Amino acid sequence: AEDSDRLVLSDKVTVHFINRDGEKITVKGSPGDTLLDVHILFTLCGVGACEGTLACSTCHLIFDDEVYKKLGRVTDEEMDMLDLAYGLTETSRLGCQICLTKSLEGMVARVPESITDLRQSKDESA
Amino acid sequence: VNGCGKASFSSCNPKVCIVGSGPAGFYTAQHLIKARPDVEVDIFERLPIPFGLVRFGVAPDHPEVKNVINTFTQTAKHPRCNFYGHVNVGKDVSIEELRQAYHAVVLSYGAEGNRRMGVPGEDLTGVYSAKDFVGWYNGLPSCQELSPDLSCETAVILGQGNVALDVARVLLSPIDILKSTDITQPALEALAKSQVQRVLIVGRRGPMQVACTIKELREMVNLPGTRPEMVAADFDGVTAALKDLPRPRKRLTELMLKAALENPGEKEQERRNKASRIWGLRFFRSPIEVLADPNHSRTAGIRLAVNRLEGSGEGACAVLTGEVEDVTCGLVISSIGYKSLPIDPLVPFEPRKAIVPNTMGRVHQATGLYCSGWLKTGPTGVIATTMNNSFDTARSLVEDMNSGNLDVSSAKPGSQIVSALLEKRGVKPVTFSDWEKIDNVEMRRGEAKGKPREKILTVDEMLQVARA
Ligand SMILES: Cc1cc2nc3c(=O)[nH]c(=O)nc-3n(C[C@H](O)[C@H](O)[C@H](O)COP(=O)(O)OP(=O)(O)OC[C@H]3O[C@@H](n4cnc5c(N)ncnc54)[C@H](O)[C@@H]3O)c2cc1C
Ligand code: FES
Repeated sequence: AEDSDRLVLSDKVTVHFINRDGEKITVKGSPGDTLLDVHILFTLCGVGACEGTLACSTCHLIFDDEVYKKLGRVTDEEMDMLDLAYGLTETSRLGCQICLTKSLEGMVARVPESITDLRQSKDESA
Repeated sequence: VNGCGKASFSSCNPKVCIVGSGPAGFYTAQHLIKARPDVEVDIFERLPIPFGLVRFGVAPDHPEVKNVINTFTQTAKHPRCNFYGHVNVGKDVSIEELRQAYHAVVLSYGAEGNRRMGVPGEDLTGVYSAKDFVGWYNGLPSCQELSPDLSCETAVILGQGNVALDVARVLLSPIDILKSTDITQPALEALAKSQVQRVLIVGRRGPMQVACTIKELREMVNLPGTRPEMVAADFDGVTAALKDLPRPRKRLTELMLKAALENPGEKEQERRNKASRIWGLRFFRSPIEVLADPNHSRTAGIRLAVNRLEGSGEGACAVLTGEVEDVTCGLVISSIGYKSLPIDPLVPFEPRKAIVPNTMGRVHQATGLYCSGWLKTGPTGVIATTMNNSFDTARSLVEDMNSGNLDVSSAKPGSQIVSALLEKRGVKPVTFSDWEKIDNVEMRRGEAKGKPREKILTVDEMLQVARA
């Protein structure tokens, strides 16, 4: 049944999200959608606070090396916001800046764990 | 179960009251409502309008940051959430009364106090706190009398955090950029006439300790009509230390070095040649006195102590060298931090850190009392930081309800009794739909001028519009 679904929805791209608690969620999106658009749980956990305008870093996601390489160049502005994200890694990106393409079919995106107790304020607003 | 089901109480659902409607208040409410299908949340706010520093802090040229208001509005309109504006908790209703009326009270009233420099001359005309200056251009009713004098050439900002950079940017931005933001009309007019050409942003420590984030620094670097002016010697040894820094600090420092030391390319050189306004970071300096003009009436300069660093990295300490330096300037803005204030003698308060002492948002020695936001952590971090710590507080609260540590088995009267108290005291709360009337009027007035909104500047007029 899986396979025939795929055929019918052949213009869709499948994405797997691994949530904070390790739970895997699979969604389908259209090419051109951002990862922020397709993650159904985003608004529930406060992700996407700035609604995809590169002003919050709450849509931080972590990828495997091979997927990360396929995602393309990162702009300075995205890097700037990423630098504020908790649990930043070398293969971190902001979900609102990544558009789905057919070549990303089946990719896995990991939501960083929140590490409440180790959390440090990364900047001083005042 | 005593009281439950009696006609006088609307329900026996757990009732939570939140004090303050900034990001902390709204994110706490959002999580509570989602996590428990029965919890009812009332938000009390001193001003007639919601959103705290998102409206009165975040710079007018950062409209994207204010998108969080859309989510807050959804929360406010949730059937199990109510907004009561224009209620000053601590004055119109006491914390004790709220604790009687609700199963739990969450304090999230922010950090509205101001750290003072504590130097002679601080009260001269021409010296302002960044908090008041920001409140002035963002339309905070209590700051509208400020009318800062912008007739001088050089302004000195003390502090190198994001707020300091916001203020520098607003002072130096071409008026055409500000014109299409929600900056207030009086501030726009004053800035259009401003003589300020040069803004120095002064820090106690060195380039590797600045508190701003890279986004704000990049905005400075790219600000049309301005060029950087730094002191090369301040950056001695910085390049060599770069390689050991974590990525965020490294990229921030690299950008600073580029603005300070690198020979600009042809295009950038041309841009800088045309620039009429100057910004500069100054390091290793602490204020010791604001200097008055000969009439002792207003600011003529600032005396700075020259520091050196002991230690390195984020923990490095500034130590006085005994040298001093005077800088001529007519405007001094101190941006050395916000601070929370105690709300009630019965609520524990940690005066040194200026926070309510808590563990994961549970206020120490006060069952049923919680805190979130800047009151919980101190005034640092961006809205996302506030969001996370508010979710944490909500999680603690839900845990306590589920575990029975917080007794929610007996019914509480909630807003019913508080509304009665307020009415007796002549306080008429502003509802969320009242706020939407204000919102509509503001947007309409803004539209006529090509601005997202023209803010209403007095509490009286806000109330008038709300009750029209
Ligand atoms: C100048 C400035 C610019 C900033 N810019 C950005 C930015 O660009 N991006 C970003 O991510 N973050 C920014 N921040 C940080 C952000 O504003 C804070 O993280 C956030 O607002 C803290 O939320 P809070 O709810 O704890 O406090 P606040 O937002 O201050 O909310 C507190 C609320 O409580 C109310 N209140 C106070 N006393 C009482 C009382 N007695 N009774 C009832 N209500 C009361 C206040 O009126 C206010 O509405 C900025 C901060 C400042 C100061
Ligand atoms: S949603 Fe804010 S940066 Fe992506």
